[in-house]
Amino acid sequence: MTDGALAMHPAASATTTKIAVRDLHFHYDGFHALKGIGMDIPERQVTAIIGPSGCGKSTLLRIFNRIYAIYPKLLAQGEVLLDGENILSPKYSLNRLRSKVGMVFQKPVPFPMTIFENVAYGIRHHERVSRPDMADRVEQALRSAALWDEVKDKLRHNALGLSGGQQQRLCIARAIALKPDVLLLDEPTSALDPIATGRIEQLVEELKSRFTIVIVTHNMQQAARVSDLTAFMYLGELVEFDQTEKIFTKPGKKQTEDYITGRFG
Amino acid sequence: MSDTRTDHIIKSYDSELARLTGEIVRMGELAVIQLEAAIDVLERRDERAARHVVGNDEAIDDMERDIGHDVVRLLALRAPMAGDLRNVYAALRIASDIERIGDYAANVAKRSIPLSMLAPVEPVGGLRQLAKLAAGEVREVLAAYRDRDAARAHRVWEDDVVLDEAYTGYFRQLLTYMMEDPRNITPCTHLLFMAKNVERIGDHATNIAENVWFQVHGEPLQARQKRDQTSSPGADRFDDHQAGPK
Repeated sequence: MTDGALAMHPAASATTTKIAVRDLHFHYDGFHALKGIGMDIPERQVTAIIGPSGCGKSTLLRIFNRIYAIYPKLLAQGEVLLDGENILSPKYSLNRLRSKVGMVFQKPVPFPMTIFENVAYGIRHHERVSRPDMADRVEQALRSAALWDEVKDKLRHNALGLSGGQQQRLCIARAIALKPDVLLLDEPTSALDPIATGRIEQLVEELKSRFTIVIVTHNMQQAARVSDLTAFMYLGELVEFDQTEKIFTKPGKKQTEDYITGRFG
Repeated sequence: MSDTRTDHIIKSYDSELARLTGEIVRMGELAVIQLEAAIDVLERRDERAARHVVGNDEAIDDMERDIGHDVVRLLALRAPMAGDLRNVYAALRIASDIERIGDYAANVAKRSIPLSMLAPVEPVGGLRQLAKLAAGEVREVLAAYRDRDAARAHRVWEDDVVLDEAYTGYFRQLLTYMMEDPRNITPCTHLLFMAKNVERIGDHATNIAENVWFQVHGEPLQARQKRDQTSSPGADRFDDHQAGPK
């Protein structure tokens, strides 16, 4: 087995692979953004993707829920197997994929509607739910996102009135209300203060028993704090993928060491 | 890995890490000089100079405190990772070993004071040999630390057997002297304690070697079997390696 093959499967053998990426290439505007990525993302663990700007980490994350599909000229080649099914195949419906893979972005983007409706909107889009059941689903989602106690008395207030950290937790509630299997977090705390960041990190720790979480972050300390596995990407390639503890104490590749110790450039 | 690494993007981080290495090396050199001075005052039977050597140990203790402060500062402000983290962690541990080496050197000087008030005994010269081996080990391991040379550190770690064997031989020699003439018992007992101190300096040099190894490779060096053969019944009571002048 080569080093590369080893790097694809850093998780303990007892864990199940949730997302298997196989020889994934991605091009846009003649630019080869991802170059043959291969990795196994284990179920119900937190996988962090780190790397300098432009390394392809956000692109990779966005392929996991096919956001690129809204731009017709973009093309992903290779395979991304979610529970063994290739989500890049046109046969895999976008609706089905989005109900299984939730995403939270860098900047909290609540819809301009009530807190309740922000969470209920997505559920209504995917399922027919009775009014009492909907109230229950919204409460469960807000509780899971550790936001319920702060908003339970103002569910009919506009979500834009919440603080940045609360808005981001609302976005997480909105994503998990659909009961997805996978939660993608694209730099979810980069616009938040340290206290709000801490709350999100605590939430990630709580949510990982129920979801497979993939987080892209520029904050290496955050990757070290919240993730079980860390992938380091550079110039569209997966340089190293291993247990987070190993990546941050004894990385196997010089490029990884140079990046995480602040020697890049 | 650390030898071939490029500089940090933040230059002051490099200078802080370099300063830490420099402080450790200087502290280690001072500890070796203390050991050599202790042997010197013993041979010259110079009580006043011996007290001076004992007093100098404070400078080593101060350096350890400064290094501890620098390490905490680096951890808090730089959040070092990977090789840098091992570098900082090793520095803290090595500083602690050097501080103990300083204590043992001061112990030797301290015991030379009562010894200088007794009639001279022949085996004093043997202690210089032991100290020479110990000082050589410490200097060598400091060079290995400075150059991040794990192989050189490993040689020090292996070569400590020479000091252990020399100590065992010296121990037996002192017992023989004591058995020959009961008037030798008091000075030779002091020498036994001093020899044990010197032997322990070698053990701390091997600890430093282990930390250099860890710093470079990120994995521990296998624990070594103790080679000191004197820990038989009756010998234990001569072991005062826990004692320190602090």
